[in-house]
Amino acid sequence: MLSRLLGPQRRYLWFWVFTGPFVIGLTVFGYVPLLWSITLSFFDAHNTVTPSHFVGFANYTAILSDSAFTSSLATFAVFSLFIVPATYALSLALALMVNRLRLARAFFRSVFFLPTACSYVVASMIWKLSIFNGVRFGLANTVLGWLGPDPVAWLSTTRPPWYWVVIVTVRLWLQAGFYLVLFLAGLQRIPGTLYEAAAVDGARPGWQVFRYITFPQLRATSVAVVLLLVINAFQAFDEFYNLLSTARGYPPYARPPLVYLYYVALGQGQDLGMGSAGAVVLALVIAVATVVQARWFGLGRKEA
Amino acid sequence: MSEPQHSTFPALTRRRLLGLGGGLALTGALAAACGSNTGRGGGSSGSGPALSQWYHQYGEAGTEQAVRRYAAAYRQARVTVQWRPGDYDQQTAAALLTDAGPDVFEDDGPTIDQIQGGQVVDLTDQIKDAHADFNPAVLQPKTYQGRVYGIPQVIDAQLLYYRKSLLAKAGVQPPRTLDELVAAAHALTGKDTKGLFLGNDGGAGVLGQGGIPLVAAGLSLVTDDGRVGFDDPAAARTLGKLHTLYASGSLLLGAPADWSNPAAFTQGLTAMQWTGLWALPQIREALGDDFGVLPFPGDGSAGRPAVPVGAYASAVSARSRHVDAAKAYVKWLWVDRTDYQEDFALSYGFHIPARLSLARKAAKLRSGAAADAVRFSTDHGHALPLLWTPKSQVALTDAVSRIVKDGADPAAQVRSAAATVTAELQRVRRKTG
Repeated sequence: MLSRLLGPQRRYLWFWVFTGPFVIGLTVFGYVPLLWSITLSFFDAHNTVTPSHFVGFANYTAILSDSAFTSSLATFAVFSLFIVPATYALSLALALMVNRLRLARAFFRSVFFLPTACSYVVASMIWKLSIFNGVRFGLANTVLGWLGPDPVAWLSTTRPPWYWVVIVTVRLWLQAGFYLVLFLAGLQRIPGTLYEAAAVDGARPGWQVFRYITFPQLRATSVAVVLLLVINAFQAFDEFYNLLSTARGYPPYARPPLVYLYYVALGQGQDLGMGSAGAVVLALVIAVATVVQARWFGLGRKEA
Repeated sequence: MSEPQHSTFPALTRRRLLGLGGGLALTGALAAACGSNTGRGGGSSGSGPALSQWYHQYGEAGTEQAVRRYAAAYRQARVTVQWRPGDYDQQTAAALLTDAGPDVFEDDGPTIDQIQGGQVVDLTDQIKDAHADFNPAVLQPKTYQGRVYGIPQVIDAQLLYYRKSLLAKAGVQPPRTLDELVAAAHALTGKDTKGLFLGNDGGAGVLGQGGIPLVAAGLSLVTDDGRVGFDDPAAARTLGKLHTLYASGSLLLGAPADWSNPAAFTQGLTAMQWTGLWALPQIREALGDDFGVLPFPGDGSAGRPAVPVGAYASAVSARSRHVDAAKAYVKWLWVDRTDYQEDFALSYGFHIPARLSLARKAAKLRSGAAADAVRFSTDHGHALPLLWTPKSQVALTDAVSRIVKDGADPAAQVRSAAATVTAELQRVRRKTG
């Protein structure tokens, strides 16, 4: 009996020894909170995680008719419109340049990769306090001063929305190096024979080779990079919170969904029902967006 | 409302601490777990049940030693003090959901949802001997249906500071109305100095949160019978003037330290600044007698000067295993021991004692700008009403920010904020019963 439970060569035992801890961790920290959160979203859960007042879909109708929440989704859309193409273009350009280097390639690869190791909180502080502070001795305003214009209050001007410059550049600086490495790996997988054949066929080095050889060959890498960029943009919290929150809360602009839900459910608000409903809505949006994207890019289909 | 933690803790430090916050909170919790089991850990030498007491981190040197000294002097329980850096209100909000939270804690509220959710206990019997001696402006928001849920510790206020020499040079009188303030800010703005600093968001946050312009317009956030108090044309008119101020280019924006820190004022980046009473010692040290204080000026015929006040209160968690012992301790420290209350309010930071009798006899609050500050706080002080929930707060600050910065239509923004606040007031009223 016991031997049957343990399986041939105790395989079942070893299966559970190896996967058990992970399954327990996933259950306790993943599935239980997930299900609990879904449950909470159907209750009036102010300042409690064990609510008793069932409200059906009231939290969902409330959060979906909450203009602050819907505008936070719009904020996310604008943010990813900026950050996804910008990071994609920058990291691809850097990768192409680093890949062509003969000298000090490892050095430049490390230099561009280093910002990835920097914390979002620290980088946000530097961006906010030294580079883009609003007074005349901030770095950006010093440079502007040489050219003539008056100092700009980067993070508090909404017309025009200068704060996007700060938010996008900090993330661009932090993450471009990581995607550079992904692109480098992709570039190195392109067989040299393709370039040789192209040269024989008379393709001009430069744009033509890039357009017809390099770029199509990078397709798998590009799809992965874009998917990762979009998901990361969805999860944006750190730099927004650290750049824009004050002791008195958060301004009504540049407020992505996670920041908004944080203030609803985990701040002094403690409206855990509404916060959970928002989280569920957000999870559904991410799921749908990812599936649509994957379909569109043909992810999982066999490479032709 | 009152956040003495910002007194000498500018935004930078607070956020840096936030980064560390998780780790520190964890060590704190571990220390507490040990402390409450053994009764050791820098607490009291008394006998009886073990109590854990939480304070947020005050910036002023000596405060922590002082509260540990008070706790050690208590004989009826072994009290362990936890000094918690980081985002204190959120730490307590989360801890109150669990059994690992404090027995006695400082609370910016208690909020209406904490009271209705049964998270804090009734302290009416504990305060009743001295009820009349507590400043009513800060005691009232701790009171729900006649029962008191938090005992005010010290009062903080926010005021308008102005630099006398700069005003004299520009030939400007200290402003008594909002229109005069707008004109003064404009006149005081020069090449390297701005006229007024209301925070890096142009005042949308700090003025919006306290509802200060609404009070200055003669309105209120919530009326005495629990309805929206600012759905009125006067609100739109006054908030519109804040946009004029913002658009005039006379506000300082993007300063390295935000409004809660007097650095911009003492460094001469601005001629006037809105900041807290807590900044007064620093300003006096930097500028000597070259400054004065004013309330936020009134606006319109029904207008009146506004001075937002608030107080951290001592509250008892309903999840405490020793509720009675915790209540007795709170009564001992914050009602009976007036010597400790006086020491706490006046020896370290710069606060107004919550007890009227102590405030009256405090020598250092009797002369110069400090005396003016106390007088304005007493005459014009208004605290956030208990029924003013965080959601109402967000609705109003969002509206103020859109009006001030984006030039949005004030009347429409006020209407939309008022609608949210009405819904919130209905929600908390429904639970009454």
